[in-house]
Amino acid sequence: MRSMRARLFLILIAATGLVWLSATAWVYLSTRAEVEHVLDARLMEAARMVSSLIDSQEIDTAVASLDPGIMPDVRHNPYERQLSCQIWSLTGTLIGKSDGAPAERLSDHADGFAERRINGSTWRVYAIRDEKRGVQVLVGDNLDIRARLVRDMVKGLALPMTLILPSLAGLLWFGVGRGLKPLSQLAAGLEHRDADDLHALPQAGTASEIRPVVAALNGLFGRVAEARERERDFLSYAAHELRTPLSGLKTQAEIALRTDRAETRMLALTQIVTAVERTAQLVRQLLAMAEAEAAPAAGLRPLDLASVAKEAVCGQEARLRAKGGTFFVDPSLAGVSVFSNETLLGLALRNLVENAVSHSPPGGTVNLVRTEGGIAVEDEGPGMPDAEIARATSRFFRGSNRTPVGSGLGLAIVEVCAEKLGGRLTLSRRRPAGLRAELHLAASANS
Amino acid sequence: MRILIVEDDAILGDGLKVGLAMNGFTPDLAVCAAEADAALLAGGFSAVALDVMLPDGSGHDLLRTMRRRGDATPVLMLTALDRVADRIQGLDGGADDHLGKPFDLDELAARLRALVRRGAGRLTAHLEFAGVSLDPARMEAVRGGDPVALSRREFTILHALMEHPGAILSRAQLEERLYGFQEGVESNAVEVHVHHLRSKFGSRFIETVRGVGYRLRRT
Repeated sequence: MRSMRARLFLILIAATGLVWLSATAWVYLSTRAEVEHVLDARLMEAARMVSSLIDSQEIDTAVASLDPGIMPDVRHNPYERQLSCQIWSLTGTLIGKSDGAPAERLSDHADGFAERRINGSTWRVYAIRDEKRGVQVLVGDNLDIRARLVRDMVKGLALPMTLILPSLAGLLWFGVGRGLKPLSQLAAGLEHRDADDLHALPQAGTASEIRPVVAALNGLFGRVAEARERERDFLSYAAHELRTPLSGLKTQAEIALRTDRAETRMLALTQIVTAVERTAQLVRQLLAMAEAEAAPAAGLRPLDLASVAKEAVCGQEARLRAKGGTFFVDPSLAGVSVFSNETLLGLALRNLVENAVSHSPPGGTVNLVRTEGGIAVEDEGPGMPDAEIARATSRFFRGSNRTPVGSGLGLAIVEVCAEKLGGRLTLSRRRPAGLRAELHLAASANS
Repeated sequence: MRILIVEDDAILGDGLKVGLAMNGFTPDLAVCAAEADAALLAGGFSAVALDVMLPDGSGHDLLRTMRRRGDATPVLMLTALDRVADRIQGLDGGADDHLGKPFDLDELAARLRALVRRGAGRLTAHLEFAGVSLDPARMEAVRGGDPVALSRREFTILHALMEHPGAILSRAQLEERLYGFQEGVESNAVEVHVHHLRSKFGSRFIETVRGVGYRLRRT
């Protein structure tokens, strides 16, 4: 069920109904037992009373036998007429009977209680035998009347309940609505919220059941605000980083347009080509960074480390060869399977390899080696001073040994990927020269 | 006019250097705050074009250091973060002007000229002396209503002399105006250019003060 209000309402109605029904059943059963007990006692008492009347000769059985109508004929309401009395001689003659008593003998048994069906209704009969007077007194009770008595009692109970039910339902519906008001207030507050409004919801004064929800929402707001702040910073930095090469491009283009000297123009055009390359690389890296940040950390599957490494190497082979360098791919990488995300791992390795190739000296070797925690990429370039290693993964940081087309984003991208994969990136200086970038993959991702 | 460009981006720095030279300036390039600081201590710059984001610190910090030691060289900030707060920080920190990247080379040159002019307390860009008028923006010289064709270096020397009419400028001072730090100085370049100027404006227009330098003379 979608509506909490309807759900609570139904639960309450069902529970109330159930309690009512059980109460009614209990009242019905106990009333019936009580009624039976009381009426049995009355039967007995009535029988004894009649018997004692005969005994004290207040009813002359001899006369009475001639006129069965002697017994007082009083018309009363149905409950008062529920007892029927018969007086039989022991010889089997009906001496007298009460008004409304059936003509048929109520019971054949001699003494005590018995039940018998007469004319389709069940009678409970109490019999007393008076051997001395030669009579038998039978006092009976129509059970249908007893049942009606009980039924009427229950009806008397159930009727007001049934009448109350609609107003109770109304009260419950209203009450549940009132009870859920803090929730609807929260919802209304959220509904009218601006997309930019990431302020925390007030926690003071909220119901204790809603407080965890509010706290969770505030936590979420905080995280969204943080992410947005990061994005804004990133965009503003990206804009800054794009403006500088664009500015260089524009200036060089103006020079090329205006100069009379062919040499100056050639130089400016060469600079323009480099600036375009650098801007393109920057845009590529910005997209890669966006890709790394957007990639879900999930989607892990077993990957062959050697083939991921090979793929990263393939894209840079031509560049390295142009510098007279070579790749060395550790043979022990073969057959190593890591449980990882293909996009993120590929992006990280590609950037590390690209970085190594960019900084590799002419004829240098770029190594891809298996390490205990994952894989490392090493070059023989100028490396980085320790102070720069600490800042190397900040976005747009370009060290002192920068390349003209570097974006300052490569290592930042690798770090984002590593973090998403549950691992980390460590940089260290190599002896005698070069940089070693090790990608530690999460321990659980190793096999 | 000697200009110090402080810009870490190699391509933009090179472009500024070449472009400002084409506009009649004598630019020097520093690629980090430390290098810029050393160059400023050596002195001799008419203005500084300063990038805000430098690899070894911020341009704002360099500017503060300059002003604290009493260096009043006009400074134009080059900002990529084109935010009002940034511009305010620069101007309040002692900058004289700012320009957001990417900018127009001519505008940069004009703003630098304006800075230098204001620094010298002049009202217009034109320089006038003894019937000779100089337009630094167009690198044009006019004598008695007739334009006189000048090379960039000739113009630079004439410009320097006309900025301080009557004052004596030494050969070293003129050389400083002609060449950046990285350029090799030709030994008799100043004499050659002065000679050419005399042939265009009359031999008595520039007077040689023996052992001291050169100055302009009313003819």
